[in-house]
Amino acid sequence: MEDLKKAAETNIREYGFPVAIDEKSGALQWVDMRDLTVKYIISIENIQNFFEGLKEGKLLATKCKKCEELFFPPQKDCPRCMDEDMDWVELKNEGILETLTVIFVKPPSFATYDPYTVAIATLEDGVKVTAWLNGDPKKVKPGQKVKIEVSRRKEGYFMYEIVPVEG
Amino acid sequence: MSVAIIGTGHSRFGARKDVNVPELAWEAIKPAMQSANVDQKEIDFMVVGTAGLWSSEAAVPPLLYEYGMFEDVGSMRVEAACATGNAAIKVGYTAVESGEAEVVLVVGLEKMQESPNPTVIELIGRFGSYFWEFENFGLTFPGYYALHATAYMAKYGATEEDFAKVAVKNHFYGAKNPNAQFRREITLEQAVNSPYVAWPFKLFDCSPITDGSAAVVLASEEKVKEWGVEEKIWILGQGVGTGTANLSRRDSFTSLKSASYAAEVAYRKAGIDMGAPYRQIDGANVHDCFTAAEIIAYEDLRFAKRGEGVELIREEQTYIGGRIPVNVDGGLKSKGHPIGATGVSQAVEAFKQLLTRAENGRQVDVRNGRYLAHNVGGTGHYTYVTIYGLEKR
Repeated sequence: MEDLKKAAETNIREYGFPVAIDEKSGALQWVDMRDLTVKYIISIENIQNFFEGLKEGKLLATKCKKCEELFFPPQKDCPRCMDEDMDWVELKNEGILETLTVIFVKPPSFATYDPYTVAIATLEDGVKVTAWLNGDPKKVKPGQKVKIEVSRRKEGYFMYEIVPVEG
Repeated sequence: MSVAIIGTGHSRFGARKDVNVPELAWEAIKPAMQSANVDQKEIDFMVVGTAGLWSSEAAVPPLLYEYGMFEDVGSMRVEAACATGNAAIKVGYTAVESGEAEVVLVVGLEKMQESPNPTVIELIGRFGSYFWEFENFGLTFPGYYALHATAYMAKYGATEEDFAKVAVKNHFYGAKNPNAQFRREITLEQAVNSPYVAWPFKLFDCSPITDGSAAVVLASEEKVKEWGVEEKIWILGQGVGTGTANLSRRDSFTSLKSASYAAEVAYRKAGIDMGAPYRQIDGANVHDCFTAAEIIAYEDLRFAKRGEGVELIREEQTYIGGRIPVNVDGGLKSKGHPIGATGVSQAVEAFKQLLTRAENGRQVDVRNGRYLAHNVGGTGHYTYVTIYGLEKR
């Protein structure tokens, strides 16, 4: 992309337009002059307790007071009971590793990270959690014991992670 | 009312830097209308399946309306992630089936290479649950399916080499398809030695980033009779399923529930025996966005029992001459995967196969006169299964 932008800058001067030739096909391209940055502002008003819990090292879920369904990720409403009378409960922080992957080709917004391991674990409450696995992916396998821990990310904010339990 | 496909068109798939969005669409629309022998005035409704984001144009149906000089035609843009194409067919099919329209043009289109690859990787990674999967954990599209591949390997003992065999097969047939992005065969060694993208997936386990278009003209049974259309296939049944946004809200990672459900519905509607559906179908296009996804599809579609899908590829049962030929157009892996075009491309392939027009070396034996298309959006977030046939039900 940077090469194309440079070529376009040169071509504005030399040719009169922001264009560049595609190397492989030789076809002429217009290099867009308009940039767009996307950054979402997402409401967490109704799940604030989840973040309060994380600060104390706890992983919280919502539980319907009527049917006792556990929701993780936490949700405000119980669609079964058509109700929103929920308790906030702490999840058991031990469980079993279901599956994992190591992301080598990263999205540009994760470019500053080394390849990272994403895993899914089933906690003792039966709830599944997706998070980064903090451990050597070569030494773990589905079926093994894991626990949930909370730590600060590189950017400084709190986040939960899956940690292998030895033995 | 029965609904037929009476015309098809398909662009060359690949890095199509030589055309813009409407030019690319026209490469499919023109032959679809010509082979159906219809003009602009005869089209009642136009459905355009395109996921967009990576390409500049957003108002795609009006753009095609303008470029193609259509008149007095309703239109709609459809999106269902990578199942966008078959979802567009669903909209056209129900419009004709209900009697609301008689002739519908369905276009599947994607121009992914208008954005640089890293941007596309970023955007596709967001096709799950944005907040709980992408925002903090940076899952990518290969990553979502890799989570399934790992679970499948652990449960059934499949290996990375087994997955690579799917890529070898699909490249074998893609080499024979003039519209394919990668028209070359690959060896098992090449596939196994390619670099990791999302472990256990390597480069050759992944479908590419593709520009392409495909189009079909749908017509009612009455129009088919009125016009005396000879070259046609019928839509015998469609099943559609939906999955949770978060993978963590699912019970299994060795199957896509939406796909199993969609297959059951489609088989029931088409009158196909659920016990051994492959005996009544001549071939299938399944959504091999990643190699392991094809193996899981064998099981969700009941071509093999749970855990035995991997045996089909080991024993080459999904090559022509085996239990059921799968992706003999190269599949997403070798033909390419222009998101919105893929499901429509599968319909074009069903037409070609059933009317025995496929190129040398990739024509299946047509004995039952039925072909299946399995188009998955996201990681089983949507699944569309459509069964096409030479004879209407």
